[in-house]
Amino acid sequence: MLDNFLLRAIIGCVGIAVVAGPLGCIVIWHRMAYFGDTMAHSALLGVAFSFIFQINMTLSIFFITFAIAISLSLLQRRQFLSNDSLLGILSHSSLAISLAILSFLPWIQQDLNAYLFGDILSISKIDLLFIWISSVAALLTLIKLWQSLIAATISTDLAQAEGLRPKRSRIIFKLLLAMIIAIAIKIVGILLITALLILPAATARHLSTTPEQMAILAAVAGIISAITGLYLSSVADTPSGPSVVIASFILFLISLLPFSYLRKYLYM
Amino acid sequence: MASKLLKNFTVKYSQSLISLSKVGVKQNDRWLIRNIDLNIIRGEIITLIGPNGSGKSTTAKTALGILSPIEGKVKRHPNIKIAYVPQKFAIDHTLPLNVSRMMKLTGPIDHNTADQALEEVGMLHMRNAEIGTLSGGELQRILLARAWARNPDLLVLDEPLQGIDFSEKNSLYCLINIYRERLNCGILLISHDLHIVMPSSIWVLYFNGHICYSGKPKDVAESSEYANLFGNTSHALCGL
Repeated sequence: MLDNFLLRAIIGCVGIAVVAGPLGCIVIWHRMAYFGDTMAHSALLGVAFSFIFQINMTLSIFFITFAIAISLSLLQRRQFLSNDSLLGILSHSSLAISLAILSFLPWIQQDLNAYLFGDILSISKIDLLFIWISSVAALLTLIKLWQSLIAATISTDLAQAEGLRPKRSRIIFKLLLAMIIAIAIKIVGILLITALLILPAATARHLSTTPEQMAILAAVAGIISAITGLYLSSVADTPSGPSVVIASFILFLISLLPFSYLRKYLYM
Repeated sequence: MASKLLKNFTVKYSQSLISLSKVGVKQNDRWLIRNIDLNIIRGEIITLIGPNGSGKSTTAKTALGILSPIEGKVKRHPNIKIAYVPQKFAIDHTLPLNVSRMMKLTGPIDHNTADQALEEVGMLHMRNAEIGTLSGGELQRILLARAWARNPDLLVLDEPLQGIDFSEKNSLYCLINIYRERLNCGILLISHDLHIVMPSSIWVLYFNGHICYSGKPKDVAESSEYANLFGNTSHALCGL
């Protein structure tokens, strides 16, 4: 059954969406959208390093993105530049450096599109296993950190005072983000990973009244867009990453419709 | 089992909850507070008073472990449960959060306890309201109710009644005192409402990062340091 490449891609993408939804909620609440984007862009540096040093690409991406996240946090603490400037600097510099490095490796050139926009043909059975193990592990970790991260959204001081160790939770959260970026890159590609995090969460915002509801709805929205997006990609022969993101965007647009108003109207 | 019982016993009956000795906190080469000695005891209200920027909030944050001292020592009883009402509190509209979920923000809280606390601050009818739609005063009430419902050993309140109408302040301060008796907890209070004096309270007068006088409110109010900072104000005793 798993010999069908489309099915493999869908199962893989659903595995990512399950955890990307809740993670994306935290990204939105902590205003880290551009932060996630910077981490994702630096993933190409991970790709370049894995070719230079002949190491496993997923691991290489994971370590590079996490290292970038930590150095960003350290630079932000020094407060000599605003956050968005720092993010812009690191995001585009790492992208430029990795593109320059990859230009020395001519045999990569034709694959570059796949790294930037995703390629469902490249998903193997081993990848699937890896995706699901990592995403379940990430989800369980996130559940453990949930209370602390929510409280830190409201007030870091409050979370710290009442014993929830928000700083530690934030670091582990960045680790999870690096992990998801590393495993999602094959399907969605570097340039669009942040969309996979943010769009389902944004879609869920209008429809939920508690953080938990929003997280679950975000996961559901992610799963729906993964399935429809990949299916449409195979039918219309469009690249997988953009297709999933477009499906996600359409769901977001639908969520903007005045549902509570419609509901009132229907039950009148 | 026995050790856990012992732990609960020591938490319940030990008097000193947090003590600061000779504590100093520095930021950008400036001492925010220095030489602060403070002992927070179960069943007692310590009220930090003084002008803005004199180090009251910094002291509270250091006691809570949010800021770490450059010099001196902070001793916190290891097993106490703390509830905190911070001074600054920015509501984030991207986070969907209603009042009853807010009550369970940092830990599970029994449903009845939460309802009772909300009832007492007059906010039970707002149980399902989104936090983002509340006014400043309503939010402060929710924060107070949440703090009490945690059943804490120590309550740290940093200007808890900001944004609340003058006419209602008195009854809420009395409620703080009722909870002190009910929970037998220690309270560290930062307040500008000097006209309301809480029973079993100690006033600690701050100026420029130092404690310049502390003792019974009456003694502090009659001190020359107090007169220099505030002039003469009349006082009403809560509950009397």
